[in-house]
Amino acid sequence: MKNKTKWQELTEKGINAVFMLCGIVAVGFVLCITVHLVIAGLPAIMKIGLPTFLFGTTWQPTATTTEPSFGILPFILTSIYGTAGAVLIGVPIGLLTAIFLAKAAPPKFAKVIHTAVELLAGIPSVVYGLVGMIILVPGIQRAFDLPSGATLLAAIIVLTIMILPSIINVSETALRAVPREYEEASMALGATEMETFFRVSLPAAKSGIAAAVVLGVGRAIGEAMAIIMVSGNVANLPGLLTSVRFMTTAIASEMAYAAAGSLQQQALFSIGLVLFLFIMMINVFLNVFVKGRRTA
Amino acid sequence: MDTIMEVKDLNLWYGDHHALHDINVDIPKNQITALIGPSGCGKSTFLKTLNRMNDLVENVKITGNIIYNNENIYAPKVDVTWLRKRIGMVFQKPNPFPMSIYDNIAYGPRTHGITSKVKLDTIVEKSLKDAAIWDEVKDRLNTSALGMSGGQQQRLCIARALAVEPDILLMDESTSALDPISTGKIEELAVELKKKYTVVMVTHNMQQAVRISDYCAFFLLGDLVEFSKTEEMFSMPKDRRTEDYITGRFG
Repeated sequence: MKNKTKWQELTEKGINAVFMLCGIVAVGFVLCITVHLVIAGLPAIMKIGLPTFLFGTTWQPTATTTEPSFGILPFILTSIYGTAGAVLIGVPIGLLTAIFLAKAAPPKFAKVIHTAVELLAGIPSVVYGLVGMIILVPGIQRAFDLPSGATLLAAIIVLTIMILPSIINVSETALRAVPREYEEASMALGATEMETFFRVSLPAAKSGIAAAVVLGVGRAIGEAMAIIMVSGNVANLPGLLTSVRFMTTAIASEMAYAAAGSLQQQALFSIGLVLFLFIMMINVFLNVFVKGRRTA
Repeated sequence: MDTIMEVKDLNLWYGDHHALHDINVDIPKNQITALIGPSGCGKSTFLKTLNRMNDLVENVKITGNIIYNNENIYAPKVDVTWLRKRIGMVFQKPNPFPMSIYDNIAYGPRTHGITSKVKLDTIVEKSLKDAAIWDEVKDRLNTSALGMSGGQQQRLCIARALAVEPDILLMDESTSALDPISTGKIEELAVELKKKYTVVMVTHNMQQAVRISDYCAFFLLGDLVEFSKTEEMFSMPKDRRTEDYITGRFG
């Protein structure tokens, strides 16, 4: 038998090390971001006080005549409402599209929709924002007779469209994974195709669909660029037809002019930390669902 | 013998492939009819024409008549969901829904509009008893059907088919994925079921056909070669091809 040469052994070890290094880079970045965000975000929270920071309703970081105030409740609520709104509208549409694609659509037509969905996923968010500015904002202004159409509603609509591709793709995959045998059994009992999809296929794919929803939530809550352009960017407590500011857009819009080292800048870091925690929670949620699916 | 279904000049094509040629046969009522023949002979295809499950296959074309209840089941006005309610089916591999045992059985009745809990309870119990599995599962009706053994799952599928009160039960090699003990139980069950239902079963297992069927249909390359009483077919087959097959010369 021929033995491994020293050279072979060395290259194998070397390649192994390269893979390892690449893996470590990803982990390293996550750790680095987490640590820095905590370090950068904590001081402002200490100074302002956690309850005042999280539950204060006024955000006036640069007030001069009165005491500046740093309450981010408007941002948090706006992010939650905006995401919830997008999910509320986007999930039913996305889910029905997925059912159609996976179960009912003629192959050619499905292909057209697939291409459209892929394009939708590939459009840069700033373009969504632009189109929203040109079409949605004036439309809403006229429809509701408002001084400005840049509102939470406009942001919700933009977010809805942005989360559609992930919801459609992930739930379609889940639906396609439902064994054909389940559906045959249902139809052999005299159920119609539609009854079968809704009562057998959907429940059987529910963990995958839940993952799709959570993914959509993650995408919506983290979006900044598109909604900064259509939401008016005013730190109001959210209402459907008021101009609002999200956590993401607060950071993006104020960071540029916040004085370096000021409490304002530090507070923006703290918003980043809060947002980060939100997204972490969503990820944990997602993981639990994915694990749930594997064990089921 | 009473006839429950009359198959007349049935032809079936999958695309260009002519899979069934001029099938003519009367399915006897309250009997077990076994469909035998080598793989690819068309017996499963034929079985699925009886409840129009072949409609789900793309590019399938079917001509001829199947008369059931004085009507051609392929007539355009026929409600396929009604037909499949009357003609239940048990598949080759057990395929319970990923739901509780109770919900599996209740699925069919619920589909057909029964919502009363009392009625559903009665149906579930009766169906499980008819499928001889009630005693094994009565204490765990709310646990997942996927936790049962393969043989139990298959009897659950039979119970699920019985829950919509069919006339006819089609079994598509329903024991081929099971161990001998479970197979025995299902065979016993089939014999019991023919008192109330008509059973048509596809089987690869000729001993099984001999053991439990009353009538036997031998398919070869899309032709129905011979249809007769099982004992006659296995003691004195009329056709040379049947004889070759059942004596094991090919297949």
